Amino acid sequence: MKAEPGLVRSRLALSWLIAGEWRWHPLRFALTAVAIAVGVALGFAVHLVNGSALRSFDRAVTGVNGAAELAVRASSPLGFDELLYPRVALAAGVADASPVVRLRAQANGRRFDLLGLDVMRAANVTPSLVGQRPNGPDARGDEVFGEDALFLSREALAQLETRVGARVSVTANGRTVPLTVAGLLPAIGEGQAIGVLDIAAAQWRFGRLGRLDRIDLKLADRTAAEAALSDLLPADATLSGAEAEAQQGAGLSRAYRVNLDMLALVALLTGGFLVFSAQSLSVARRLRAFALLRTLGLPKRGIVAAVAAEGLLIGLIGSAAGLAIGYGLASLALRLFGGDLGAGYFNGASGRVAFQPAAAIVFFLLGLAAAVLGSVLPARAASRAAPAAALKNAGDVLDPRAPVPWRPALVLLVAGAGAALLPAVGGLPLFGFASMALLLAGGVAGVPWLARRLLGPLAKRPTARVPALLAVRHIHGAPGEAATALCGIVASTALMIAMATMVTSFRGAVDEWLGQVLAADLYLRVEGGPGFDPAAQAALRATPGVQEIAFSRQLPLTIKPERPPVTLIARAETGRPDALIGSVERVSSPPGTVPVWVSEPARRLYGWDPGETIRLPVSGGAARFHVAGVWRDYARQFGAVVLRAGDYQRLTGDATRDEAAVTLAPGVRGEGVGRAMLARLEPEQRRLTSFAAPRALRRFALELFDRSFAVTYVLEGVAILVGLAGVAATVSAQTMARTREFGMLRHLGVAKRQITAMLGLEGALLGLVGGVAGVLLGGALAQVLIHVINPQSFNFTMTTRVPWGTVAGVVAALVLAGAGTAVLAGRRATAKDAVLAVREDW
Amino acid sequence: MRVLASLLLLVASAALAAPVRYPEVRPHAGFRFPADHGAHPAYRIEWWYVTGWLRTERGQDMGFQVTFFRTRPPVGDANPSRFAARQVLFAHAALSDPRVGRLLHGERSARAGFGLAGAKVGDADVAIRDWRLRRLPDGRFATRVGTEEFVLDLTFQPTQPPIAQGVNGYSRKGPRPSQASYYYSLPHLRVSGVAARGTAHERVTGEAWLDREWSSDFLSPEAEGWDWTGLNLDDGSALTAFQVRRKGGGVVWAGGSLRRANGRVTQFAPGDVRFRTLRRWRSAATGAVYPVAQELSVRLPEGVRRFPLQPLFPAQELDSRRSGLPVYWEGAVRTTGGRGYLELTGYTAPLAM
Repeated sequence: MKAEPGLVRSRLALSWLIAGEWRWHPLRFALTAVAIAVGVALGFAVHLVNGSALRSFDRAVTGVNGAAELAVRASSPLGFDELLYPRVALAAGVADASPVVRLRAQANGRRFDLLGLDVMRAANVTPSLVGQRPNGPDARGDEVFGEDALFLSREALAQLETRVGARVSVTANGRTVPLTVAGLLPAIGEGQAIGVLDIAAAQWRFGRLGRLDRIDLKLADRTAAEAALSDLLPADATLSGAEAEAQQGAGLSRAYRVNLDMLALVALLTGGFLVFSAQSLSVARRLRAFALLRTLGLPKRGIVAAVAAEGLLIGLIGSAAGLAIGYGLASLALRLFGGDLGAGYFNGASGRVAFQPAAAIVFFLLGLAAAVLGSVLPARAASRAAPAAALKNAGDVLDPRAPVPWRPALVLLVAGAGAALLPAVGGLPLFGFASMALLLAGGVAGVPWLARRLLGPLAKRPTARVPALLAVRHIHGAPGEAATALCGIVASTALMIAMATMVTSFRGAVDEWLGQVLAADLYLRVEGGPGFDPAAQAALRATPGVQEIAFSRQLPLTIKPERPPVTLIARAETGRPDALIGSVERVSSPPGTVPVWVSEPARRLYGWDPGETIRLPVSGGAARFHVAGVWRDYARQFGAVVLRAGDYQRLTGDATRDEAAVTLAPGVRGEGVGRAMLARLEPEQRRLTSFAAPRALRRFALELFDRSFAVTYVLEGVAILVGLAGVAATVSAQTMARTREFGMLRHLGVAKRQITAMLGLEGALLGLVGGVAGVLLGGALAQVLIHVINPQSFNFTMTTRVPWGTVAGVVAALVLAGAGTAVLAGRRATAKDAVLAVREDW
Repeated sequence: MRVLASLLLLVASAALAAPVRYPEVRPHAGFRFPADHGAHPAYRIEWWYVTGWLRTERGQDMGFQVTFFRTRPPVGDANPSRFAARQVLFAHAALSDPRVGRLLHGERSARAGFGLAGAKVGDADVAIRDWRLRRLPDGRFATRVGTEEFVLDLTFQPTQPPIAQGVNGYSRKGPRPSQASYYYSLPHLRVSGVAARGTAHERVTGEAWLDREWSSDFLSPEAEGWDWTGLNLDDGSALTAFQVRRKGGGVVWAGGSLRRANGRVTQFAPGDVRFRTLRRWRSAATGAVYPVAQELSVRLPEGVRRFPLQPLFPAQELDSRRSGLPVYWEGAVRTTGGRGYLELTGYTAPLAM
């Protein structure tokens, strides 16, 4: 540690060095700090929003479940046979069992969870779900078995705008029943709209006789209970703990959240690159100052320390500002878009931002690390330069004749490509993200080489025009300097192009798919009701103007308790059962089997390949199904299975349908027929039924798509701005540093106008090279996004669609920004007298 | 005349305009066994109430209580659901061990159905999950109840015929003739079985008392609560006494009987029974103050006879508010020349029906 005393003694010189730089270029420092702040803010905000959304979702889950440690759950909303209840209640290891009917109810225009409970069982198993009468336990308790007594959580009471003792009309399963608010559910937490009714009343009044949706368990011995119950349960019920439920909730949006987190980190990375290029230039400009200090006795590490201290300061300011901005952004986003940032994963899961200290510290440190690393790397390079040489030469420390190294870039790129081939880890495309990082690093490292390659032919071609000659020679001869200016640009452009390509491809695929799927003339749908019974179906079919009508039924089906349910679609048999679904692969089913067609995501998630025989919890019996085909589906991320309506009805006995696709007779108008069809329904059902033309549905679907990618668009826009700011900052900094060179050129007879033209050309070339490199790299990254990250996290596949417009726009913007800022900075740099400029030492 | 009539609080109310009509209790010709050991589901409330003294092989005395209630909530027959709460069952089990010094107790409740809970018609057989009280083919009664703290597995051998309380079992509880119950008692039941606590199983013997009562409406609106006692006297006689206390002091109704060893029964009129407090005990848990030691005076043809009632220990309060049920005192008591149980209700909040 010989250098230590030197470093301490030279702290005055160091502080002058830093303070002077700050006084001279406050804007540059501010810009780099902003870059860090933006990265930290985005990362922190996305993380906070995700955390808050998950927490409120978790709370909602525990609220409705009454915190039972284990529960038997129905695989689908059809429920399971109630006679399972006594068998479960008496199973080994089970201390008590509380049967539950769960309904999605609506009252006074608000939705809430309505649970039918046996209060005596719930008191033992899920006490938080037991209602309290207004006057305490000694008041009259006739309401507990009362057939119209409804107990509401505070939230439900507030949302329904009712009070204890009032009557409310509650609609569930297509029936409306007047109930009396008998009391509160005091143990249900804030923000959860839950109602509780007697189980017998719930079964009877809401058409659920003989069925249960859940049996909550109190256990004496968990191991024994799990063993006993797994033998006991029919195919349409699963055993799941609270963890599985939470996991399912988290799984619902996990991939989406991780992707957003990654995007936010990318923003931070870009910020880091920006700091790197800004600090590189600043170091290059002060090379002579550093060299002078070195000759005066400042140790090598002193320079690194000085620049690192600058980086630290930038990091501290940027990160702190970033955390504050991030918190603000998160609150704003939660208010504007909701907990899932508009992606529609958590229905109605709102919530306040919960500050997460651990995350705050992590993001703070990441911001700091980006800033310090971005500063230390160029400082180390500068500290290696021999002081004597550096004193004389303020230019590129690289010899322009030396070949540019390309091996590190190649290694990184190859490693990145290799990582893209690896499978997902725990359902997350971790290697995909690693691949993107490696490709990005490799791409940036390869920029000097690419710049040489691109400019080589230009440099060799003799040109008579002085500005062009000078510009090309400058960039060609100083690739290192060009690279530092370019790396931020390339990184942000590449990421932006990658995102844009992915989203365009996705949107295009969805649009095309919608066109295939929405082949009928009119669609009818019942929302929140029991669906069309056979009588209603016949009435609809007989509506004048209807040429053909295909009814279908959709319901969620839980295959594994810890995963979100797949969608079971029972579809009317037409000539070709898979006509509507654009199948990718099909095999013929052997006679005697029940054919099903699985969606691509379902195949990826559950490994259901064509020709295989699978089990589905469609009815109490263990029915076997033959996978007859795979179809492309962008609507249901967690998979879907199509079953023929006849098979469905035979297995479940459920004859109701909740959707219909109508082919109109020639020459009739869809609107009129739709109205006529609604008019034929019972008033109750009419209220819950809506019809839509395919065009409206398509528009609606794309709106939904755009909303769920709104945050992506925002992040993309931020990346573009950061990138352009980077171009402006680096180009102007480089230009300012070359004042002496311009003075020299003036002495040699180059006109001011020519210097400006040279600078404009240089800036444009820089923007062009950066843009081209960024687009190439972005194209590669987009391939990783489309073929690795997307399928692995969302189970969707698609073909690449390049957003040519965006690409052209981005490159043009880069060229213009480069040229424009260079010209502006050049005006300032050449404004001084040529003689003075040459004499100027620093 | 047993406490958990107040359970009706939970499940039924005269104030409710229910579509259910309950049969009224009227004077009748007498009981028919074994059918009347079984349930009478049309009535609003019914109970099988066993209390008694146990002695371990090491000679230690303990009190116990096993009670099953059946109630019929005002739920109509219209609901076809299997879960419809047409019959609801409650059960309490308690053990008074002076070595513990407080009452150990547990409870069960369930609506009848699904084979998980029910009260049979035709002979005594009431069960909630694994708790059960029934009459065996040989005429003995058997019960098995378990809580986290103790398990009782007991049989009760009748040694005397049932006592029909009141007039042929029509037992009045209030000034109106409809305020009455069908009521019979089986005193001097010989107990044998096992009482387990933790891992320790002890063979026990003893003497118990079974009260059977069913009614639709017997508590007058001005009642605050009641005191009841059933005493197995050493000479083979059995004394039953109860009083319904009026809100604000005084007595609404009182009654009971003495059956002598020779089988002769004296029924008490309201004026024949008097309870006098000897000692009070205050429950730290609920704040209620119970007259745990009393002097019972009953007027007999040969003159007034007094029975001092001294508890096995004072802390025999049964607090089942956690499960939404009432608080009462049900304790083993000694008297001169006999032992039995004393029940004190309505000392926390007035009971209402």
